[in-house]
Amino acid sequence: MIGGLFIYNHKGEVLISRVYRDDIGRNAVDAFRVNVIHARQQVRSPVTNIARTSFFHVKRSNIWLAAVTKQNVNAAMVFEFLYKMCDVMTAYFGKISEENIKNNFVLIYELLDEILDFGYPQNSETGALKTFITQQGIKSQTKEEQSQITSQVTGQIGWRREGIKYRRNELFLDVLESVNLLMSPQGQVLSAHVSGRVVMKSYLSGMPECKFGMNDKIVIDKQGKGGSTDDAGKSSGKQSIAIDDCTFHQCVRLSKFDSERSISFIPPDGEYELMRYRTTKDIILPFRVIPLVREVGRTKLEVKVVIKSNFKPSLLAQKIEVRIPTPLNTSGVQVICMKGKAKYKASENAIVWKIKRMAGMKESQISAEIELLPTNDKKKWARPPISMNFEVPFAPSGLKVRYLKVFEPKLNYSDHDVIKWVRYIGRSGIYETRC
Amino acid sequence: MPAVSKGDGMRGLAVFISDIRNCKSKEAEIKRINKELANIRSKFKGDKALDGYSKKKYVCKLLFIFLLGHDIDFGHMEAVNLLSSNKYTEKQIGYLFISVLVNSNSELIRLINNGIKNDLSSRNPTFMCLALHCIANVGSREMAEAFAGEIPRILVAGDTMDSVKQSAALCLLRLYKTSPDLVLMGEWTSRVVHLLNDQHMGVVTAAISLITCLSQKNPDEFKTCVSLAVSRLSRIVSSASTDLQDYTYYFVPAPWLSCKLLRLLQCYPPPEDGAVKGRLVECLETILNKAQEPPKSKKVQHSNAKNAILFEAIALIIHYDSEPNLLVRACNQLGQFLQHRETNLRYLALESMCTLASSEFSHEAVKTHIETVINALKTERDVSVRQRAADLLYAMCDRSNAKQIVAEMLSYLETADYSIREEMVLKVAILAEKYAVDYSWYVDTILNLIRIAGDYVSEEVWYRVIQIVINRDDVQGYAAKTVFEALQAPACHENMVKVGGYILGEFGNLIAGDPRSSPLVQFNLLHSKFHLCSVPTRALLLSAYIKFINLFPETKSTIQEVLRSDSQIRNSDVELQQRAVEYLKLSSIASTDVLATVLEEMPPFPERESSILAKLKKKKGPGAVSSTEQEDGKREGGELNGGGERGADSTIAASNASTPSPSADLLGLRSSGPVSAAPPSAGSLLVDVFSEAGPAAPAAAVNDDGFLRDLEPPTESSDSLLAEGPGDSDSAPPSVVSEDPAPPMPQSDELLHKFVCKSNGVLFENQLLQIGVKSEYRQNLGRMYLFYGNKTSVQFVSFSTSVTYTGELQSQLNVQTKPVEPLVEGGAQVQQVINIECLTDFSDAPLLNIKFRYGGALQNLTLKLPVTVNKFFQPTEMVSHDFFQRWKQLSQPQQEAQKIFKASHGMDKEVLKGKLLGLGMALLENVDPNPENFVCAGVIQTKAQQVGCLLRLEPNAQAQSGEQMYRLTLRSSKDTVSKRLCDLLAEQF
Repeated sequence: MIGGLFIYNHKGEVLISRVYRDDIGRNAVDAFRVNVIHARQQVRSPVTNIARTSFFHVKRSNIWLAAVTKQNVNAAMVFEFLYKMCDVMTAYFGKISEENIKNNFVLIYELLDEILDFGYPQNSETGALKTFITQQGIKSQTKEEQSQITSQVTGQIGWRREGIKYRRNELFLDVLESVNLLMSPQGQVLSAHVSGRVVMKSYLSGMPECKFGMNDKIVIDKQGKGGSTDDAGKSSGKQSIAIDDCTFHQCVRLSKFDSERSISFIPPDGEYELMRYRTTKDIILPFRVIPLVREVGRTKLEVKVVIKSNFKPSLLAQKIEVRIPTPLNTSGVQVICMKGKAKYKASENAIVWKIKRMAGMKESQISAEIELLPTNDKKKWARPPISMNFEVPFAPSGLKVRYLKVFEPKLNYSDHDVIKWVRYIGRSGIYETRC
Repeated sequence: MPAVSKGDGMRGLAVFISDIRNCKSKEAEIKRINKELANIRSKFKGDKALDGYSKKKYVCKLLFIFLLGHDIDFGHMEAVNLLSSNKYTEKQIGYLFISVLVNSNSELIRLINNGIKNDLSSRNPTFMCLALHCIANVGSREMAEAFAGEIPRILVAGDTMDSVKQSAALCLLRLYKTSPDLVLMGEWTSRVVHLLNDQHMGVVTAAISLITCLSQKNPDEFKTCVSLAVSRLSRIVSSASTDLQDYTYYFVPAPWLSCKLLRLLQCYPPPEDGAVKGRLVECLETILNKAQEPPKSKKVQHSNAKNAILFEAIALIIHYDSEPNLLVRACNQLGQFLQHRETNLRYLALESMCTLASSEFSHEAVKTHIETVINALKTERDVSVRQRAADLLYAMCDRSNAKQIVAEMLSYLETADYSIREEMVLKVAILAEKYAVDYSWYVDTILNLIRIAGDYVSEEVWYRVIQIVINRDDVQGYAAKTVFEALQAPACHENMVKVGGYILGEFGNLIAGDPRSSPLVQFNLLHSKFHLCSVPTRALLLSAYIKFINLFPETKSTIQEVLRSDSQIRNSDVELQQRAVEYLKLSSIASTDVLATVLEEMPPFPERESSILAKLKKKKGPGAVSSTEQEDGKREGGELNGGGERGADSTIAASNASTPSPSADLLGLRSSGPVSAAPPSAGSLLVDVFSEAGPAAPAAAVNDDGFLRDLEPPTESSDSLLAEGPGDSDSAPPSVVSEDPAPPMPQSDELLHKFVCKSNGVLFENQLLQIGVKSEYRQNLGRMYLFYGNKTSVQFVSFSTSVTYTGELQSQLNVQTKPVEPLVEGGAQVQQVINIECLTDFSDAPLLNIKFRYGGALQNLTLKLPVTVNKFFQPTEMVSHDFFQRWKQLSQPQQEAQKIFKASHGMDKEVLKGKLLGLGMALLENVDPNPENFVCAGVIQTKAQQVGCLLRLEPNAQAQSGEQMYRLTLRSSKDTVSKRLCDLLAEQF
C-alpha cells in the first residue's frame, strides 16, 4: 500500500508531502531528492529502491510525483493511481505546473485525503469528486444534498449521480491510438504494436444504459456462427481485429463482458476513458522510412531519407516530423529537401524535418551532407535510429466502432434522439527505423 | 580562470557560463552544451585560422564543459597550440587544459613535451614555472621519463630564479613520488642538500620537502643534511620575529620551515658530532622556553604556529629518546596543555604523552598526570579525546598504579561510547593480566568486566581467564567461588555462563564442600542458564555436565536424565546431539577409572602470547599501537611480573601484529588445544596426538572449548592409555646397557652443523651403519625419526640407543625416545622416534649413543643429536618499515651478535637463499636497501618464552684482501640466543 505521496518541483523542493503510513519517515522525502532528482546520472527507471523503500515516480513537465512504500505493492496499481492523480489535478486546475500546485495546495491535500485512505486508493472519478470537493469555498449544503452525496459515494454506482438532465443528449467518442514501430534498414518490421484508448464524453440525462460494439474478432466470429453465415462471415473476414488485452473503466459490467463479450455500462457524466487496449497483429503502418547513409572518408557523411505514406490518398496526415540523428562530432550540415522544412538542431544532435500535411500514397525525400571533425576517440558512431512523429485520421489497428446504443427506460428519449460523434486519431508512439 | 576585467576578459565564456547556470533542468543544460559543442566544432573545423584569443576562449569553454562532467573528445590540438603562444593567459589556459584532460595519448604527448621543453629552456621565469607546474600536475610516468633529468639541473643551476627553484623542487618531489626509479639524484645530492643554505626562505621550504622525502629512502646519502638543518634551525629559532620579514607569521619566524626541519631531523638518529648535537639541544631548549613565554599576540594563528613547532620539537625529542632533561621538560609542557581550554591542544597533548610514556626517562614524569588524565576520560566532551585519554592511561599503567587505572577504566566502561568499548575491554583485560599481583584480583576484574560489558568481551578475553585459572592452582578455588556467585545473578551474560561452565566443570569440586554450593546446586544453577544460551555455549555446558559426572558421582543420574531428554539427544543441532549421545554413553558404559582418566582435569596451558594482545593489535593495525606495545614489552622485561610468565611475549607479539603467523591465530585456546596441550606430564600420549591428530585438528576445532580435546581421537588415546597411561611420563631409558657410552666422536660437531639448515639427511655413515634423519618441528615441539640401517649382511644384536643430555641441557630440553628393537637384520632398517620439547633456548646438543654387537664385537658410537635452537624458528614476515623499527629497538649491545668471516662455500645467491630458508626464518625481500644483503626474521618458540630474532647477512664479494667476506649480524631479545645462532650460522656460509 502506498505509504506516502510527495510532489517536487524541478529543483527538488517539496511542494506537497502527504504521509499515510508510519513506516515512511521524513527522511524519505530527502532520499528521493538526493538519489533520483539530483542523481549524478539521469534516473530512467520509474521505480527506484532506496534502503528497502520503493519510490514510484512520474514526471509531468518539471513536476515530479513520487509515491513511496515499504511494502511489496503492485507497481502497476501505483502507477495507475499516479496517472489518475494527474488526471484529477488536471481536471481541477488545468496544467500541472509549480505555479498551479502552489496556488491549489489546499485543494490538493483535500483530494489526497479523499482518493487515498491509509494508502489504499479510493474513488478517483473526477465527476464524482467534483460533487463534494469544489474550488468555491465551503458552502453549507442542505441536508438533502448531503445525504445524496453520501448515498452516491457509498452506493453501487459511485461514478454517476442521479437526476442529471440535459436538453440535448450528446455523446462523443474518440478512438485514440498510438502506433509503435521498430524497423530494420531493409524495411523489415522488428517490433510493432498499437496501444489505443477509447475516450468518451457523455452528456446524457438520467441513468442511461449504454452498449458499445466494435469489430472485435471474437465477437464477430461468434455472431458469424450464430447469425446468418454469409453476411457475418464477409465482415469478419476482412475487418475484425484481434485485441491482445484490454482494460475497462469501472463502470463497465465485467461479468457481462466475460460471458457475452459485450461492453455495457452506465456512463459517468462528462469525460472519461472507457477502455484501453493493445493490438500487435495486422497493423497498418502509416509511414515507411527508407534511410540511406554513406560515409565519405573520415570527415563527411551523406544521408538520404525517403518517407512514403501508406494509406488512402483521400486522407491527410498531419504534424509530420522526422528526426535524423547526427554524429557527436558534427561540425556542419547542409540540408536539401523538397517538401516541408528541415534544420540541423545542434542542441539535440539531430536534423529535424517538419512537414505540415501529407496525403496518402505519396513520397518525399531529404538529403543532407554532414561534415565531421576528426577526433581522438576511436569509438565508432552508434547510429541511433531515425524517429518519426505524425498524426493520421484513422486507427492504425483497424478498429471500427460498430455501434453505441443508449437505453434510458425511465426518461422518454430513445437511442435515436441521442446525437453521437465518432472520431479516430492515430498518433505515432515510438516510431523508429534503424539506419 | 583569469579575471574578466581586462581587455581580454572572455565575454563569450561568461555568457555561456551564465546560460548554464540559468538552466532550469538537466535536459536544458544538456541542450545548451550540445549547442555550444557544435559551435566550437564548427570553429575548430580548420577552414580558417583562429586567433589566439578565440582559441583560448573555446578551449576554456571545453574545459568548463568537461568540468561539468561531459566527455570532451576534441580540442586537444588547439590546446597544444596554445602552449606555443607568447601570451601568459593563453599559455596558462593551454597548460590547464593539458593537465586536466590529456591522458597518455601517444601523438600528442610528443607535442606537449616539446612545448614544455621549449618553455623550460626559455629564460622567462613565468613560463618555466608554468611548465614545471604542468609536469607536476600531470606527474605521469611519461613526464618523468622526459624531464627527470632536466629538472635537477634547473634546481641547482646558479642562475635560476628563486621562484623557479621553488617550483622545480616541488615538481621533482612529485615525480619522485610517482616514479622513484626514474629520478636519479646521484650527482646532484650534495648540491640539493646545500639548498638548505639558500638565501631565499621559500626555496629552502620547498627544497626541504624534497630532501625529507629523498632521505627517507636513502638516509645515508643525505646524511650531511643533518648539520645543515640544525644550523638553519638554530638560525631561525634564535632570530627575532622581525628578522625574517616576509616569513614571519603572526610573530613566529618561519613556522612551516621550522616544522619541516624538525621533521627532517626525525629521519635520523641523534647527531654524533657533539657540537651539532649541542646546538640542536640548545634549539630544542629554546623552543621549549619560548612556549613558556607570554604570547605576543592574542590571535589564534599565533598560538597555532607556536604550538605546531613545539609539538614537532617534542616529537623529535621523543624520537631521540636520549635526553632525559628534555624529555621531562617536554612532559611538563604537555602536562600544561592537558588542562588547556583548547580541545585540539588537549588531544595533541594526550597523543604525544602516549609516546612519551613509553620512554624510560619520562615514564615517571608522565605518571604524575594520572589524575588529570582520568579526569579527561570522565569529563571530556569529544569522544576522540576520551579515546586518547584511554590510550594514555593504558600506556602509563604499571605495577604501581594498575589497580587505580583498571578501576577507573572499569567504571568508565559503564558509560563509555560504544565505538571504543571493545577496545577498552581488551585494554582492561590486558592490564589486569599484565600487572596482576594477586590473581584473585585479576579474576574479580575480568568477571566484573564481563558483567559490565559482556557484549564487548571477545572470546579471547574469557579464553585467557580460563588459561590463567587453569595454570595457577592458587586461584582455582577462589575463581570457582566467584563465578558461582556471579552466576547467581538473575540475568548474566552468556560469556559469564561460558566462564562459569568451564570453571565449575573443572574446579567445582573445590567449593562443593559448602552446602550452599553443593554439586546439585551448582548443576541446577548452570542448567538454569542452559536454555537461554547459544549453541556453542550449550555445547560447552554439556561438556561441563559430563565433567560433573566425574567430579560428583552423585549427580550422575540427574545429568544422565538431562542428557537423555529429547531436547538434547534429539537436538536439531548435530554438535549438541552428538555430544549428548556420546556423553550419555560414556557415562553409562565407562568405568569410573576410565571416566576419571578421560575426564581428567585440563592440563596447564603452555605459556604463549596473550591472544588478547594480538587482538588489540589487530584492531588497531600494525602502526598505531605496536610501537607502544613494543615499549611496553621492553619495560616489562625490567619489572618482573608475578609468575614471570609473559617473558618475551612482546617481540613475538609485535611480529604477530604484522604477520598472519599461525600462532597469532585468534582462537587462543583452540589452536593451542591439539598442538601444544602437551604438558610434560602427559608424555607420549599427547605428543602422539600432536603428530597423528595434528592434521585433523582443524576439523576438531569446531568445538569451542578445550574440553573435548582429550576425547577427540578416541582410538588413539584409549590405545595409548592402555599401553602406558597418561601419567607415567618420564622417558624410560630404552634399554639398560651396562657399558658406558663412548665419548662423542670428534667429527660430531661437524655433523651437527650439517643439519643447521636442513632437516632431513644422512647423519652418519661408516662401513657398518648408516643413520638417516628426518625431522619436523612445530612451535616448541619437534619430532625426529632416526633410521638405523644395517649395511652389512649380518645382524646386529643388542642394538640399543640412548639420548643423554646433562647439566644445563636438562632444564632446557625435554627429549623422549622410544626403545628400538634389539635385533637389526642384515640390510634392514629400524626406525626410532624421538620427541623433543624445547623448554627454553639452548646452545649445546644432546648426545645420541648407539651400541650394538657386530659379530661379537661391541660397537659404541656417540653422536650429537642434530637439534639446534634454530629448529624452533617460526618465520615472521614483515615489511621494511617494521623490520627496521624492530631492529632499532633491539639495539642494546648484548642483544646483538656480529661476526665477520670468510666465505667458505662461495657466494651463490640462490644457495644462500636456500640455506637461509632452511634456517627456519622468513627471508624478507625488499627490506634491505642493498639488494645484495639478506635479512630474515623469525621467532624461536620455546615453552618458557618466545624469542624474536632478526638477522642481517651482508656479503662482500671484494673485500680488501680480495677474498669474499660476510658480515653476519643477529639481534634478538635474548643475548644467548643471538650468540648461539651467530656461532651456528658462521659455519654455514
